[in-house]
Amino acid sequence: MMQSRTVETTVGVFIALGLAAIVVLAMKVSNMSTLGSDDGYQVSANFDNIGGLKVRSPVKMAGVLVGRVSEVSFDDETYEAVAVMTIDAKYVKIPEDTTANIYTAGLLGEQYISLDAGGAEDYLQEGSMIEITQSAVVLEQVIGQVLFDKASGDDEE
Amino acid sequence: MIQALGKMGISTFGWLGRCCIFLVYVASGFFIALKNWRDLIAQLYFVGVLSLVIIVVSGFFVGMVLGLQGYNTLVDFGAEESLGVVVSLSLVRELGPVVAALLFAGRAGSALTAEIGLMKSTEQLMAMEMMAVDPLHRVIAPRLLAGIIAMPLLAAIFSAVGVYGGYFVGTGLLGVDDGAFWSQMQAAVDFNGDVMNGIIKSIVFGFVITWIAVFEGYDTAPTSEGISRATTRTVVNSSLAVLALDFVLTAVMFD
Repeated sequence: MMQSRTVETTVGVFIALGLAAIVVLAMKVSNMSTLGSDDGYQVSANFDNIGGLKVRSPVKMAGVLVGRVSEVSFDDETYEAVAVMTIDAKYVKIPEDTTANIYTAGLLGEQYISLDAGGAEDYLQEGSMIEITQSAVVLEQVIGQVLFDKASGDDEE
Repeated sequence: MIQALGKMGISTFGWLGRCCIFLVYVASGFFIALKNWRDLIAQLYFVGVLSLVIIVVSGFFVGMVLGLQGYNTLVDFGAEESLGVVVSLSLVRELGPVVAALLFAGRAGSALTAEIGLMKSTEQLMAMEMMAVDPLHRVIAPRLLAGIIAMPLLAAIFSAVGVYGGYFVGTGLLGVDDGAFWSQMQAAVDFNGDVMNGIIKSIVFGFVITWIAVFEGYDTAPTSEGISRATTRTVVNSSLAVLALDFVLTAVMFD
């Protein structure tokens, strides 16, 4: 048996290595470092159709991640989808008349909310609602539209 | 025929019952094991530190293979930037906990069974009982506890080293973009959903492997043949248990 001091030291090194590996997995591999999602303010927006938007989908302005979708629900009065976004506390100067669009990253990628800044003097605050929204493009609808246009075009000839 | 079936049933349930009663006794000794922290540290050295080399080396190689194989598939779709996602998700969710657990079963589980089996056959355990020292609390409990502590640390090391192995092959040898590798990985891997679930898995695996190992050692026939059989059973049963539990845990945790 080795000296108990050496054993204790190597065990200490082992535990430190294990914890360091967990920290590496947290910081370098997963998204713990990119956004502290808790500190921020919440803004909601109503959409006719949110497509494939999910909780934790990104919210971007000018392509930069400014927040994440924190809740998706359905309003049975207006029959619209309500998406609540948590905007990072760093970005407090987003105009009140900002528009929200749902876009797709790439052709088949994940969907995200893109905010386009308006020109109002007042800024969005905790609990504000984004009035002007544009729904997700549903691929099936687009294909249907194209086929329909083509069919009606053929009739006129 | 019917008699044989009955005999098998009785012995199976007897074995299961012994397993569980054993576990309850051992678990009641966890506080004593924590108080005798020097024993615990010696066991951590035995199951953790001595498994470190095999874990690090195989983690690195598994990561490199994932990098190579993932690249060959992804490059057909022009999506080789997603290599980081493939490597890290498969390591953190599955391969890290499972392969580390299989290695742990072969490296530490078999050694534990042989050690305790030999203690039993040389009547050391009985001698402890004679001195009114409970071997379940003094010998088995620190070993079980050490297995439960060491396994998640080993699995985390395996995953972390594997990610760097994939990074080394992907960006170093195959020319995947460095920034895209990390950023796509960070966008896809969720700490609570993926990393934590992997750690929970490995805690369960560590518990099951060490439980099987110490029980087989304690329950062995005290002969050289009995010990060799018990050691084989430990490796076979704990590997099967890890693979079966992995399926169950994956089905529960990742919906």
